[in-house]
Amino acid sequence: MTSENGTTKAQTALAVPSRSLAWRRRRDSAARFWRQYRAHRAGLSGLAALLLFALLALTAPLLVGSDVDNVTDAPGGPLEDPSARFPFGTDRFGRNLLGLVIWGARVSLLVGLLAAVLSVAIGTLIGVTAGHFKGWYATVMMRITDWFLVMPTLVLAIALATVMPRSLLTIVVAIGVTTWPTTARLVRAQTLAVETRPYIERARALGGGHWHIMSRHVLPNVMPLVLAQTTLIISTAILAEATLAFLGLGDPTVVSWGALLQDAREAGAVSSGHWWYLVPPGVAIAVVALAFTLCGRAVEQVLNPRLGVSR
Amino acid sequence: MTADAASAPVGKTGAAGPAAAPHGPGARTATAYLRYVAGKLAGAAVSLLAVLVTSFFLFRLIPGDPVKFMTGGRQVSAEQFAHYRAQFGLDLPMWQQFTDYCGKALTGDLGTSYQFNAPVIDKITEALPNTLLLTGTAFVIYTLLGIFLGTRSAWRHGRLGDRLNTGLALTLYSVPSFWLGLLLIVTLSVGIGPLPGLFPTGGMESGGEEGFAYVVDVAHHLVLPVVTLVAVEYGQTLLVTRSALMDEMGSDYLTTARAKGLRDDLVRRRHAVPNALLPTVTLIFINLGRTVAGVILVETVFSWPGLGGLFYQALSVPDLPLVQGLFLVFAAAVIVMNTLADLIYPLLDPRVGR
Repeated sequence: MTSENGTTKAQTALAVPSRSLAWRRRRDSAARFWRQYRAHRAGLSGLAALLLFALLALTAPLLVGSDVDNVTDAPGGPLEDPSARFPFGTDRFGRNLLGLVIWGARVSLLVGLLAAVLSVAIGTLIGVTAGHFKGWYATVMMRITDWFLVMPTLVLAIALATVMPRSLLTIVVAIGVTTWPTTARLVRAQTLAVETRPYIERARALGGGHWHIMSRHVLPNVMPLVLAQTTLIISTAILAEATLAFLGLGDPTVVSWGALLQDAREAGAVSSGHWWYLVPPGVAIAVVALAFTLCGRAVEQVLNPRLGVSR
Repeated sequence: MTADAASAPVGKTGAAGPAAAPHGPGARTATAYLRYVAGKLAGAAVSLLAVLVTSFFLFRLIPGDPVKFMTGGRQVSAEQFAHYRAQFGLDLPMWQQFTDYCGKALTGDLGTSYQFNAPVIDKITEALPNTLLLTGTAFVIYTLLGIFLGTRSAWRHGRLGDRLNTGLALTLYSVPSFWLGLLLIVTLSVGIGPLPGLFPTGGMESGGEEGFAYVVDVAHHLVLPVVTLVAVEYGQTLLVTRSALMDEMGSDYLTTARAKGLRDDLVRRRHAVPNALLPTVTLIFINLGRTVAGVILVETVFSWPGLGGLFYQALSVPDLPLVQGLFLVFAAAVIVMNTLADLIYPLLDPRVGR
């Protein structure tokens, strides 16, 4: 970033020494973060599981081919038992269940990530502004946050998903706009703590405006918290996506783990004892949700050692 | 959600702060408590009103006409269409729809179910006792289990037992409740291979039973849904109790209690746990929202004739008046329970609400 202007490296370093200094500091703290994170065994296994699933999701078109969810041209008969050809058996349309589970990772991870990013973005925006601007704005925002906090999140998400058109975007929005309040509360508390520090007063005395203080001083300080929060919310979002899809509120044309379970239930896999139809998608959901939770807890413990003691 | 656990104490003190009048120490009077109660009740009333407003406007978000949305492409004659529009009051101006809706909702009239052609409120009161039975049983069990295991885990934290305990709780916490329910049905109701079906696959009664046999029959149907709910919910209570107790464990009064020569068990039961329970109680009630979600799914999977099962039926049509009414009931239930917790809290902890 420092040497993008076409000038020589030495010149840039001289021109903006503080910036390169800042980058070196960030590199150092990233390295320190990784050293401490490595010490958390649960966090590491969570990370490993996530990398595996991310790899599967990214390479799914190569591994299983993009026509794995094709209903009309399925390779096997409906509800076949697990075999060498179909390790997890086939679904009710005769599709390869292993391929579907791998393919489903794409949707589940994508929706989980997007919904968590949306949720954390709303929460951070409201948290930082409510912590920075005091007075009636903060009061109103925190009342709204409190109200969302006591609302049964999933019921609200279900209601939203019912009235909006069936699509992945609907699911992302429904989860995103219902899960932000915890982030808003955490970020606001952190913002209030940061704003009492002397360097904020210095920035203000030097003429720093609201935007400058919020973006350059408060935001970098709440980012670690936001990062941990994102990781934790992704697991909530993945579970919520599966739930909405299971209730038949997802996009019917898309294969996701929740949708596979709904298919299994509709195909009567429960009463006919086709347990192998049910197990893989559910295990996938649980493993990914658990992996994100473990990573989030490890990140939290590294960034906030005080919390680490209490958990 | 562990994040809830971290944020909620902040939220609680924040919420209780302004309502709690700044009296000096020892000035715990009945009037102060009454003022606190009044503040909490006013807050709850505002929240309930907000729920009412949300439920009205949420179901006006539907793109296009709600009647078209519900009839979903089926052939409907012009008269029928007009009839439904009039029935839902859609031919009136928006403000009048809103005031009508609020007025009716306050008197308990939640409209007519499109699917059952019966008043929504009747369907809800019919299903409510069944939901209360299921939720109440599960709530008592998972709360006690969570507190018990959480206490043991915190007292011996870092040891193998604690790690297994927390690990299992976190794993079950990540499991979708509906999936666990389906698996339990397959393994214990339908039966795999040599395993016979031990429990009924769903519903609440076999029918035809009377008296004591009926009670046993319902209890038999209750086992699997309750086990599912407890399994996915107790982890939260466990983690909250554990972290609350570990916060207390560094306290001086525990050192004093030990220095007095009290037995370890007594220090835990008489000194540490009662103090750690205070934040736990609040969080248990805050997390009720999650339990509501769990109930909807568990009732759906086990065809339990309660509010959650009704919600699923309403969603699949979609029967908007019923969805709207149930949305109102679920949200109101959580708000009411939270308010109750707020009212009980100062009685448990004299530092709050003075």
